[in-house]
Amino acid sequence: MTTSRLARGALWAGIAIAGAAAFGGIALNRGESINALWFVVAAVSTYLIGYRFYSGWIATRVCGLDATRATPAERLDNGRDFMPTHRSIVFGHHFAAIAGAGPLIGPTLAAQFGYLPGTLWLLVGAVLAGCVQDMLVLFCSTRRDGKSLAHLARDELGRFGAAAAMLGTLFIMIILMAVLALVVVKAMAHSPWSTATVFATIPIAILVGIYLRFLRPGRVMEATVIGVSLLLLAVAAGGWVDHHPVLHGWFDLGERALAGFVIAYGFVAAILPVWLLLAPRDYLSTFVKLGVVFLLAFAIVILQPEIHMPAITRFVDGTGPIFSGELFPFLFITLACGAISGFHALVASGTTPKLIARETDVRMVGYGSMALESFVAIMALVAACVLDPGVFFAINTAAGVVGADPATATATISSWGFPVSPGQMQELAASMGEQSLYGRTGGAPSLAVGMAHIFGSAFGDGLFAVWYHFAIMFEAVFILTVLDAGTRVGRFIMQDALGAIWEPLGRTSWGPSAWAASILVCAGWGYFLYIGVLDPNGGINILWPLFGMANQMLAAIALAVVTAIFVKSGRLRYAWVPGLPLAWLVTVTTTAAIQKITSDDPRIGFFAAAQDLATRLASGILPPERAAVAPKLIFNLQLDGWLTAALLAIVWIIVLDMARGCWLHLTGRRVATSTESPFVATRLA
Amino acid sequence: MNGATGMARTAWDCLRALLGDDAYDRYVAHRHERHPGEAVLDRREFYLAELDRRWARINRCC
Repeated sequence: MTTSRLARGALWAGIAIAGAAAFGGIALNRGESINALWFVVAAVSTYLIGYRFYSGWIATRVCGLDATRATPAERLDNGRDFMPTHRSIVFGHHFAAIAGAGPLIGPTLAAQFGYLPGTLWLLVGAVLAGCVQDMLVLFCSTRRDGKSLAHLARDELGRFGAAAAMLGTLFIMIILMAVLALVVVKAMAHSPWSTATVFATIPIAILVGIYLRFLRPGRVMEATVIGVSLLLLAVAAGGWVDHHPVLHGWFDLGERALAGFVIAYGFVAAILPVWLLLAPRDYLSTFVKLGVVFLLAFAIVILQPEIHMPAITRFVDGTGPIFSGELFPFLFITLACGAISGFHALVASGTTPKLIARETDVRMVGYGSMALESFVAIMALVAACVLDPGVFFAINTAAGVVGADPATATATISSWGFPVSPGQMQELAASMGEQSLYGRTGGAPSLAVGMAHIFGSAFGDGLFAVWYHFAIMFEAVFILTVLDAGTRVGRFIMQDALGAIWEPLGRTSWGPSAWAASILVCAGWGYFLYIGVLDPNGGINILWPLFGMANQMLAAIALAVVTAIFVKSGRLRYAWVPGLPLAWLVTVTTTAAIQKITSDDPRIGFFAAAQDLATRLASGILPPERAAVAPKLIFNLQLDGWLTAALLAIVWIIVLDMARGCWLHLTGRRVATSTESPFVATRLA
Repeated sequence: MNGATGMARTAWDCLRALLGDDAYDRYVAHRHERHPGEAVLDRREFYLAELDRRWARINRCC
């Protein structure tokens, strides 16, 4: 007994020492490069310790997870959505649902600050905030029959809180879809190979949909295997298209044409029956996503690539070329999903709580999945940092910032202290099967180059071009899934809201209403996508911070709901567990929003940028093609400024409303009725 | 030998469950257990009904 206790103590001490040593190695390294394995060791030890101690303490002391209490899955079991499911399967479902493009793109962009700030916040933020949020929301929802976040907000904060949560959700979805669509467009622009491969995924998904609907109904495994094989074939076929004299020209499309295609695709996909395109695409994307995550982890451990990015770059002062703004608060806004993501609260209060068989599984599913998601973000950061810093900046910086021709761009980047030459970029582009890799903002291409580098070296080189386009296909497949699914869900939320104005508009099966709501949602994200394509500074530098702020504010709303529940359910002494991350998020988002609204620096402030552009337009110094789009950009910058102000107001009203409710409860002026479902003993063995 | 096949079997079952390949089998088992003698949807009807339900709300993230 004592020996096993001793052994366990020694094991955890060993993990702690390994983690601390790895952290020390990462933070104090002053050499030319550092091995990526340090990052893996630091990350895994941090997650293990956070999981073992913090989540264990939260599970037993704070939540009081009770294995004898019947969960909604057991009590309301209907063999469909409510269904007790083994915890590893729930873990897989939950992870597949929360893992998206966010934790791949955010860390890639944040690598402009160097590897250290991003790594630290991804680990600390996940363990103390992100995993905690996911676990607590899952806990609260599981104790309340699997109710949604909007429903919980209505019960705890009132109608206004619910409406704000819904509005915040819709807004973040629209910005998210715009920014992700922009990422795909930037990756496909004038790249026939990428475009052909991504386009090919559409008929492949339809084929799989027809197979599942008519030929072998519901045989998901067979259909997925067929579909994934076809996807791999499509990657190879894209290379053939690229070398074909006629087809090459067909798929060599500019950003505006591609943006038009993507918007039309989103609309069509949202109104087509789900079985035809959306569901089969999702099966393929889930399979490919999980496969790539494990493949990447395996490759990083086997290959142990060297990181060439410095620990901290000069851009922490706010002059970053990829996005502007100082380390605080913009590192936190940019990393977003890999450390804490408000969107997860929607899944943790959606499908997942209806599958939890035993209340104690909440710990592994909620806390554990987010730790894994954070690990994906660490791998994305590693993939960005294995590139030569000069190459990294050449790929990720827009032409409007460094200049359009290779000589100017490479000279500008080299002058920052990150040497890169036109020849190096040309050689890299050729080895990746691309005409050019300059100014491919959005993070996807640089991640694909990093992944091609890692995969190519681990599994045989000479296939860089294939690995690159495989990585692009992988990112595009699930980004397009988010576009279809997001437009569809946005349509339902919109119809729900419109139904309050005129009842027939709320009927989801009524054709005209469905069409009108879909058009509204597509127009929403399509507008931001279109402006992003017009913007010579790349668009990402505006959209990503907007997305990050919205995402972190949604997390603040979710944590406010949890804090209110804690105060009212006799957990006041533990209210700091959700309360501290909440205070942090409110501080970060408020600082970022105020800077975005009031800063005089046109690279940071929306209104300052609008003013600056208007002045330059009036003085006639803009070249004609820039002058033509300037009025639209000016309008958009002002719109972004007002939207930021609206978001900020929503968050503060919710937080103050929550604080007021808690105060009334604590001073005994309002008696809270328990919103928990009553205890029922489990009958599961 | 038995251990290896058992592990392969578990891995296969997990993969099926993750993709939702076994959803129909689980549904039929549930109906037989809880509602014996009542009508059961066929594979195609069940598949379509499930898709509509699943894609009517947020189940994919950023």
